[in-house]
Amino acid sequence: MSLVYLKNVVTLKLDADKCDGCGMCLQVCPHAVFHIENRKAVIGDRDRCMECGACTRNCAAGALFVRAGVGCATAVINSKLHGTEVSCGCSEEVCCN
Amino acid sequence: MSTPCGCGSQNTCSGITIQPIVHAPWITGIVATTVGLIPTISTKLTRSDRLSALKMRLGIGRMKYKIPPGLYAAGRPAATSPVLVTANYKLSFDRLRMHLSAFNAWILVLDTNGINVWCAAGKGTFGTAELINRIRITKLEQLISHRKLILPQLAAPGVAAHLVKEATGFNVKYGPVYAHDLPDYFRNDSRIKPGMRRVHFPLRDRLALIPMELMPALKYIPVFIAWLIIVQLLRDHHLSFKILTELIPYFAAIFCGSVLFQILLPWLPFRSFIINSWLLTIIFITTLGVLFAVDWSSFLPLLFILPPISAYLAVNFTGSTTFTSLSGVKKELAWGIPVIIISIISGMIIQFVSII
Repeated sequence: MSLVYLKNVVTLKLDADKCDGCGMCLQVCPHAVFHIENRKAVIGDRDRCMECGACTRNCAAGALFVRAGVGCATAVINSKLHGTEVSCGCSEEVCCN
Repeated sequence: MSTPCGCGSQNTCSGITIQPIVHAPWITGIVATTVGLIPTISTKLTRSDRLSALKMRLGIGRMKYKIPPGLYAAGRPAATSPVLVTANYKLSFDRLRMHLSAFNAWILVLDTNGINVWCAAGKGTFGTAELINRIRITKLEQLISHRKLILPQLAAPGVAAHLVKEATGFNVKYGPVYAHDLPDYFRNDSRIKPGMRRVHFPLRDRLALIPMELMPALKYIPVFIAWLIIVQLLRDHHLSFKILTELIPYFAAIFCGSVLFQILLPWLPFRSFIINSWLLTIIFITTLGVLFAVDWSSFLPLLFILPPISAYLAVNFTGSTTFTSLSGVKKELAWGIPVIIISIISGMIIQFVSII
């Protein structure tokens, strides 16, 4: 029984040379993707990553990269149909969550 | 919502920031502070709050559930009291305040256009810029003697803590994911236990999202009816109420893709939403077919038409889950949408061929 999505697809990258071990990525990741090893952050289970972008945004050292975006099929389909960027098209009137 | 002073877009007058006066049942009073009049709020949810939560889950009149951004007081906070930041979606606000009855705290509500914390963070509206802006408008640094802000962890996709610190001097501390962990957090000197940093997707949360899956799915019913009318005219040369029984399998597909899939999600064997729901629907409709002893020749087109309908509905649940990545969704749709389209068209062809 588990909730995990596709294997080996996420764009998450960690540059160990730039990492200063501040641990912010551990604090903000909702799926405990990171842990500290030898005073630097390390990616544990990358398949748990949902590309929310919290780690990348809060990494002051610029060691992290992920192509953050909404993991929402409706958003992807709409972007293909209208030729626009993938984004959550929901508004205050229609938020599905 | 009235602005007592007519000067300027930021409602500043003689250096005192006046927040628009808010009238709402959850406001219990007003406290006068060095930065103006701050509403005090109730930390008990009422039946009306619970009813509005239900309506929000059903998507009824959602824009009514935006609350005015700005500062609010829970209990009797002082300059040393903690500052908790949240979104201006009433459900987010209610979920926060209901856990604050034992505490004195300030609540800084950001303008996220009435969207919840996590979605707004992803969109950037619960963001660095809005947080900095709201700190400045409310003149928070004059009200608070410390320089710490507690943000829900799920605000992190939108907020760069180090940039907020540079711009305002305030240190962003990411608190627990769930407001219900706040009392424990406060009582243990702001200590975060690892369990407080994980997002879960229990049955209860999945059930709460089902109405917003099911209701949009119902809009396909006229399409199914139109299809069945065409088939019936070609086959029987007249319309009859048999159409209603022929609709039942389509309701089954909607049920599989918008309800059953969501309930069974953690126990489904594959990672792909499309594969899982396709299989689930085949099993479900075959079981129904056996139970109701259907004519298997009329069942064949359904085997091609119903699972893709259900799969399409199920894959749209990716926007509401807590664990699907954009890269994963793109990969799944790249093969999934063509397969869905081809399967439906094949089913329609098989149906037409069986009529000839």
